[in-house]
Amino acid sequence: MSVPYQWDIVLSMLLFSIGAVGVLVRRNILVMFMCIELMLNAANLAFVSFARHLNDVAGQAIVFFVLVVAAAEVVVGLGIVVAMFRRRRGATADDFHLMKG
Amino acid sequence: MLSHAYLIPLLPLAGFLVLALFGRRIGEPWAGWLGTATVAGSFVLSLVTYGALLGRTGSGREVTDVVYNWIPAIPHSGFQVSASLLVDPLSMTMVLFVTGISTLIHLYSIGYMDGDGDFPKFFLYLNLFVASMLVLVLGGNLLMTFVGWEGVGVCSYWLISFWFGRDSAASAGKKAFLYNRVADVGFLLAMFLVFERTGTLSYGSAGGGGFLGQAASLPPSTRTAVCLLLFLAAAGKSAQFPLFPWLADAMEGPTPVSALIHAATMVTAGVYLMCRIGPLLSLSHTAQLVVSIVGVGTAFVAASIGCAQQDIKKVLAYSTVSQLGYMFLAVGTGAYEAAIFLMVAHAFFKGLLFLGAGSVIHGLHDEQDLKRMGNLRRYMKLTFWTVSVGVVAIAGIPPLSGFFAKGDVLDNAFAGSLFPWKVMWAVGLATALLTAYYMTRLLVLAFLGDDRWKAVVDGGRAKKDPHESPWVMTVPLVVLAVLAVVGGALNLPGHLSFDPLRWLAPVFGPGAFEEHLSGSSQWVLGVVDALVALVGAGVAFRLWSRETERPALEPALLQRSWYLDEVTDATLGRPGQALARMAASFDTRVIDGAVTGVARLTRGAGSGLRRVQTGYVRQYALGITVGLVVLVGYVTFLAVAR
Repeated sequence: MSVPYQWDIVLSMLLFSIGAVGVLVRRNILVMFMCIELMLNAANLAFVSFARHLNDVAGQAIVFFVLVVAAAEVVVGLGIVVAMFRRRRGATADDFHLMKG
Repeated sequence: MLSHAYLIPLLPLAGFLVLALFGRRIGEPWAGWLGTATVAGSFVLSLVTYGALLGRTGSGREVTDVVYNWIPAIPHSGFQVSASLLVDPLSMTMVLFVTGISTLIHLYSIGYMDGDGDFPKFFLYLNLFVASMLVLVLGGNLLMTFVGWEGVGVCSYWLISFWFGRDSAASAGKKAFLYNRVADVGFLLAMFLVFERTGTLSYGSAGGGGFLGQAASLPPSTRTAVCLLLFLAAAGKSAQFPLFPWLADAMEGPTPVSALIHAATMVTAGVYLMCRIGPLLSLSHTAQLVVSIVGVGTAFVAASIGCAQQDIKKVLAYSTVSQLGYMFLAVGTGAYEAAIFLMVAHAFFKGLLFLGAGSVIHGLHDEQDLKRMGNLRRYMKLTFWTVSVGVVAIAGIPPLSGFFAKGDVLDNAFAGSLFPWKVMWAVGLATALLTAYYMTRLLVLAFLGDDRWKAVVDGGRAKKDPHESPWVMTVPLVVLAVLAVVGGALNLPGHLSFDPLRWLAPVFGPGAFEEHLSGSSQWVLGVVDALVALVGAGVAFRLWSRETERPALEPALLQRSWYLDEVTDATLGRPGQALARMAASFDTRVIDGAVTGVARLTRGAGSGLRRVQTGYVRQYALGITVGLVVLVGYVTFLAVAR
């Protein structure tokens, strides 16, 4: 007997919420990155479970796109983090508010 | 020769072009001689043309010379105007005296403008003026006349403010231009009306297909409207009440300009125009009455102002306005020949007087105040004698030209059939008295009495002795003095083989008025005119030869020209300024306010919203999350509510 798909969705929602709260409350940029990854993968989980439930392969295909985009995003994001480390010790997001209006 | 009439205005125009391109290189005095030569050439050409016209008879004396098709027929309206010249006795009489006087005044200007930095420019304007004036009088339709009309107007503006470094000269030019603009509206409206009613603008008086030939078939209201609109234009150009103040201010220009433009030629353009539309004007009694009342009223008012002026040129300016009023009186009574007669005679003696005044001003090193002159007779003999001739002529003392010319006008008014004309005759006679008075006053103050100019200390050093002017200035004086003496012969009663004015008659059509006075009443009127002139001159001589300050005879009312400037200022100037100020405040408050309001709103919104952009990533993330929650909540609510 398989797990009902609603459970997958609930799990996905939990993961997403953890990620979102993490982004909001943590100041370490690396941790914020991990939280974003958590949110992305929560979305991926939702896609896959809906794809199985609805018997539509498109959801699974989209997951690949998301993975590629996430990989690219990580590359860029880590590049930025390394650059920031070179300029000043530490990786606290609130230190970077030069773009203030 | 008649088909070459276009050369007459072309010659001064060519002079204008050459001076415009090479004037500075030609320099002084050759630029002046070039200008004089072109105008003299025109004069010779017009003499030849005049002779050729004399050789013709009847309707052959009206030649329309189409130079080219200016505005080809416009479909559906039939509006078509050709650049045509009308050569007939009237236009040739005008051309002859315009070119003749212009030649003399050009010659005079070579001496008067001697040493002026803008010497070539002066002759440039002067030549353009002569060309425009010739187009004005020769134009074969209203539009051609209008071209010349505006041409002389703009030249007048340039020449009045020729010494534009002086504030008064610059504003006098503007004043002249504005007064003329106001009047020109009448000309434009008249042209529209004429074209709308007759479909043509050309004159063609004797069955030439022009609108004057159709005058009789027009409704009376149209005739009156056209005449009154053109009279508005004429009143501006010829400085009639209430549009005359500009002419007094126009004396800011160099004296030859005052002589040529603001005495002899341009200001008579209005009289010429009214004579030109004579066949139409004769058919409208209302218009005739208006023209003559305005004319005689202006004559009297201006003469009274002339009695109290101190500036020698201002006296002459108001005298010009007054004489122009006489001409309009003649036009109004239908005596066009008398108007033209006075115009020609006036060109002689007023040109002479202005040139004499210029000679005095030149000799006294730019002194214009009569009260600071005196006893110039000893220093400037020739000027004294020629000016005396001018004064006697304008005063109307026989047998000089002014007596005959003014007498002609007054006789025609006296013989007028209606009652008002008798009143006008009386006013005209009173004006003649004033004319003799103020001209004698001018002569006495300037040339007799003590050497008052010696007491004037100018910038710490006394004035140098006045000197007689060079020959280029005195020759025109002598020539004009001779003309002013014999000019009266133009219209001597009698049976000469050629009567220069009588042959104008066909131009004015059958409606022109001809006095029918018996020989004896003509004699009586002549004696009355002469007596009035002598009394005026005698009174002025007694009053002014001993005393130079008589405040009682120079009331402020007359010195300030009946407060006409003040009245104009109060009725038109200040309301106009108030309107402009209102418009300006509407512009700054409402229109600019809308523009700046939008800008201020944008800036306010921006400065409010920029607080939101803190630069903290987590706050943006919070914004996104809250937005997401709200959005999801809303969608869920919709789903549940359904």
